[in-house]
Amino acid sequence: MSFLELSGLSKTYPGVTALADIGFSVGRGRVHGLMGENGAGKSTLIRILSGDTVADAGEIRIDGAVQRYGSARDAFGAGVVVVHQELQLVPDLSVAENLRLGRFPARGGIVDFKALFAEVGKALDEIGIAVDPRAKVATLSIGERQMVEIAKAVMIDARVIALDEPTSSLSSRESEILFRLIGRLRDAGKVILYVSHRLEEIFRLCDGCTVLRDGKLAAHHETMEGVTRERIVAEMVGREIADIWTWRPRTAGATRLSVDGLQGSRVPQPQSFTAQAGEILGFFGLVGAGRSELMRLVFGADPASGGAVRIDGQPLEELSPRQAIRDGLVLCPEDRKADGIIQGRSVGDNIAIAARRHHSPFGILQPRREATTADRFIETLRIRTPSRRQDIVNLSGGNQQKVILARWLAEPDVKVLIVDEPTRGIDVGAKAEIYEILYALAEKGLAIVVVSSELPEIMGICDRILVMCERRIVAEFDRPSFSEAALLAAALPDSEAPLTSMVS
Amino acid sequence: MTATVKRLLLGEQGLLILFVLAFAVVSATVPNFLTERNMLGLLQSVVTIGIVSCTMMLCLASRDFDLSVGSIVAFAGMVAVMVSNSSGSIPLGIGAALAAGAAVGFVNGVVIARLHINALITTLATMQIVRGLALIASDGRAVGINDPGFYALSLSRFLGIPAPVWIMALLFALFAFVLNRTVFGRNTLAIGGNPEASRLSGVDVDWGRIWIFALQGLVCAIAGILLASRITSGQPNAATGLELSVISACVLGGVSLAGGRATMSGVIVGVLILGIAENVMNLLNIQAFYQYVVRGLILLAAVLLDTVRSRASGRR
Repeated sequence: MSFLELSGLSKTYPGVTALADIGFSVGRGRVHGLMGENGAGKSTLIRILSGDTVADAGEIRIDGAVQRYGSARDAFGAGVVVVHQELQLVPDLSVAENLRLGRFPARGGIVDFKALFAEVGKALDEIGIAVDPRAKVATLSIGERQMVEIAKAVMIDARVIALDEPTSSLSSRESEILFRLIGRLRDAGKVILYVSHRLEEIFRLCDGCTVLRDGKLAAHHETMEGVTRERIVAEMVGREIADIWTWRPRTAGATRLSVDGLQGSRVPQPQSFTAQAGEILGFFGLVGAGRSELMRLVFGADPASGGAVRIDGQPLEELSPRQAIRDGLVLCPEDRKADGIIQGRSVGDNIAIAARRHHSPFGILQPRREATTADRFIETLRIRTPSRRQDIVNLSGGNQQKVILARWLAEPDVKVLIVDEPTRGIDVGAKAEIYEILYALAEKGLAIVVVSSELPEIMGICDRILVMCERRIVAEFDRPSFSEAALLAAALPDSEAPLTSMVS
Repeated sequence: MTATVKRLLLGEQGLLILFVLAFAVVSATVPNFLTERNMLGLLQSVVTIGIVSCTMMLCLASRDFDLSVGSIVAFAGMVAVMVSNSSGSIPLGIGAALAAGAAVGFVNGVVIARLHINALITTLATMQIVRGLALIASDGRAVGINDPGFYALSLSRFLGIPAPVWIMALLFALFAFVLNRTVFGRNTLAIGGNPEASRLSGVDVDWGRIWIFALQGLVCAIAGILLASRITSGQPNAATGLELSVISACVLGGVSLAGGRATMSGVIVGVLILGIAENVMNLLNIQAFYQYVVRGLILLAAVLLDTVRSRASGRR
């Protein structure tokens, strides 16, 4: 019996058909996967469901009733809640206040905090989320914030809950809690729409799934019976992808990057490591292990309290992004939206921002040269954009990542490239393209440092892996000794029981 | 038909089209509007706002804010007059005024960028400090200009057009170039678009902001000198409320208060719209009190147009 029915949903933006005639339905008490490459239309569909945008045509029915809504409030009213990838919490308020925002228990306009904390604490216990309702959201990890966001949906008693890449920033333990929670919501008769790139999660959680491609319905599976991984990947990309890693042996050259006893406020103990020319060095660890923090120290993005960074044996004069870039050390940050892209500026501008200092005599730009460079990268990196003039916010995550790579490739002499979570929130097809770019750069003699939380990815593309745990480098693995079990065991703090769930 | 109109108005050039339409309507209906005399008067009336808008545009584009411009204009005018009078040298007076303006702007920039104090608060403070200095220096009274050479600054004409208008036009051209064709200009927009990403891309964000404020101070001083020359004295109370008119003109011209978006042509149109509105109301003998209301309404309408336009183009 269908509960959520979508029919004929279409949405066009200037120059782009984001969704064309999408229709499918999901019954109560089912977890339904929504898959597709970035740009396939998942985000648009989610935005229509959340009331963030209005479809040009088509309708949404819930329990047989046509829903017409034009705002998030209307969607709430209809019992539809979307838990977005970008969390929507007020950082300076407590967890409890966030969960009851707009619906505080109050007497005569005065908030009854005692009741608020008690009530929210009880609800969180029931849901199984171990977060202090009094804690300020700003003090929580990204993983904990995500759980709070999901708790928010549960607490307003939503009938349809859409989760947009919910595990992208969760540790494996937190993911487990989420999966159990989803199971309970299914048993309670909710409709769960589950958007994820992680196939293993789809197979583990979902009762059925829908695949979108280029804004069209590529496939709809009522059940997952007989559906294979390969089939879904093929439906997503429209072609078969056998091995997306395609790792091949390379010869490592001289030491390009050497980090000596580097430490800072978020990496309290001195850390050292080296990376060779032509090598792809991986940093694995659980969320919060300190990998991104260490990379930000190397790049000079955060102030270091001690230690040195050498490139080709030469120590950097000072640890700052400007100096690092001048000496050929660059970073593609983990949080593309906050630290990577420059919103409101064009693709061309985003590419040129760093390298233009080399070819702008007296600070005067050479627009033609910048245009040629931008067009060259749009072509060689296969950046999908109508033109270099397009505002970068309109590009999908994978294409934004390529723009940031292009920003660094436009530098004349990059020696060390650090990429933090290079494929987070990026679809299969674009992932393979990004790996190819990294291989090509390594073959050119760059030292590449890859930070990733995805075991298959880091094992697939790296020549050597360093594992971090509790803000220290704790283990090193060469390619022949890679194993999921060993890497995970090294990444887990002693107190934490080993998990088998990540070894799918 | 309506679809075409909609597309034109909501397009990139929507404001310009509205401006041309409004200009045509006003020319046809308001007596004495489209005369050489009135046009020159109109241009002269927007010189101060126009000049200061050039750097306010940069300031807003980098996600900053400057409320101290009116005070700097008055202060610099005062310095120019007093130093010229006491030293007998107009160039010395002008040099001192430019230095004073740039110094105030530089202090603004350092406090905001280096000490990380909110731009609104910082410039609110300097706005009062600098106004106070102007009042103290002059003992609260207007200071007359001794050397008639000083008047000549604003009276001299080239091709029949007064010098201040030429200076404004030059600055418009200069800052259009700075914004679009220099690393400094593009970095300014990048800083406004995403300061952290800009820093991680190697842009010197702190110095960029300091330079913007220093330039703002310098340009305010130019406006202040011309204003003093036109009103033949240094007035400690000159240019009060200028900051709001200038920010209005920029916002009218499509500069985003969230940073990252600005065009010089838009700002010029914004300045002219404000100027024409005031001019027409004067020609029609509308009481000055009503002019405030009209200016506010124009600003609201322009911001609404901008929002509608952003939504129509699907920007987030």
